[in-house]
Amino acid sequence: MTATLVLPAALRSAAGGAPELEIVEGTVRSALDNLAATMPLLERRVRDEQGQVRLHIRLYLGSSDIDDLEGLDTEVAAGTRLYVIPAVSGG
Amino acid sequence: MPQTTLLIGTRKGALVARRPRAGAAWELGPLELPMSEVYGTGIDARGATPRLFAAADSPHWGPTLFHSDDMGRTWNEPGEAPVAFPKETGASLVRIWQIQAAGASAPGVVYAGVEPHALFRSEDGGITFSLVEGLYNHPHRGEWGPGNGGACLHTVVPHPTDPDRVLVALSAGGVYRTGDGGATWEAANRGIQSYWMPEDQRFPEFGQCVHKVASHPSFPERLFAQNHFGVYRSDNYGSSWETIESGLPSTFGFPMVVHPQEPETIYIFPLKADSHRFPATGRCEVYRSQDGGKSWTALRSGLPEGEYRAAVLRDAMCTDGGDPAGIYFGTRAGEVYGSPDAGDHFEKIAEHLPDVLSVRAVQVS
Repeated sequence: MTATLVLPAALRSAAGGAPELEIVEGTVRSALDNLAATMPLLERRVRDEQGQVRLHIRLYLGSSDIDDLEGLDTEVAAGTRLYVIPAVSGG
Repeated sequence: MPQTTLLIGTRKGALVARRPRAGAAWELGPLELPMSEVYGTGIDARGATPRLFAAADSPHWGPTLFHSDDMGRTWNEPGEAPVAFPKETGASLVRIWQIQAAGASAPGVVYAGVEPHALFRSEDGGITFSLVEGLYNHPHRGEWGPGNGGACLHTVVPHPTDPDRVLVALSAGGVYRTGDGGATWEAANRGIQSYWMPEDQRFPEFGQCVHKVASHPSFPERLFAQNHFGVYRSDNYGSSWETIESGLPSTFGFPMVVHPQEPETIYIFPLKADSHRFPATGRCEVYRSQDGGKSWTALRSGLPEGEYRAAVLRDAMCTDGGDPAGIYFGTRAGEVYGSPDAGDHFEKIAEHLPDVLSVRAVQVS
């Protein structure tokens, strides 16, 4: 069973144009670790080299910010959707 | 006839301008890497085809390094992060400020100066880089502070013939140099003033806010520096520095560029003060010395008339290495100017760009 990683438009070029990717159920951390192995250019847009989610990015599991759940240890169950959401900031 | 390529890094992407031959009109290419801040641009002209670099960072997606082997028509980014701190440092890359190819004696070697204060070295032409641990673990590190732009290592001056000698500048840590390939580093700031300190502490061993250092390949022992207040010259590879400020309207500024054929000819863009970062005289003027800093002349032919309020940042001025030498600079008003005759006359190459952060140029036959 798999879950879905949902990408914002700005990151799709780093995923070969795909708006969504299948990810293996587990934790947010394991999903991003797997991404680092298969699509490192995409993964490092989301996390820095120390594994921290970049400052102006939020990850939502369904309708919840993972920071309000268990952070990177949040369980990603089969059938759920993990969203990468950039901050609406800048000028 | 040589073709000139000018790489322009801006706050929202990079552009390449081309002049197909001397005297021809400039052709400005499309904006690449949109929404990326391109503080660091570099050109490694040692190979048959120059390799262009654009250090791009995004507040959202982080910093990275692109390279182009077709003069900026296409840009490539390696799968693995080109520049990344090792896990054990606990540090994360904020920005790549400087990309600098080494001399001919170190083929394939390219340096990256980054924020937080660190130097990285590539031995594969700038595709993958490793942390220079000798500098990162320097005992002074804990006392280096950030400049207004950040805790950046913004200048790398590799020795042209001795691959073991490299000089760097940090804001605000000052100048450091190595003679053993980066294993050990010593501060090289004697004579450079930290004007903001109490009077008895204005010449510390390190901690100065050096904005840019440049040298000429044929006289690598001679260095020129634009400081956070202060313009300096060293004739002994940084062992000591003397001021070369007589005749300048201000000693504050960012860039320092050396003419590619004339080791005594240097260029700066003076600003009024750190608290007033506007052109020192209120006009858009480059200052040139043709005698190693003994005297200075304002260059304004072809530059905007009247009041001008945009600054030129530390890497936003360069030469193209040609003969006659082209001199280029970009301003925070999004304009780029170039001189085909070493500064005697300028022309506008581009306007209405995002503010210009960096420029690099090369002539190719």
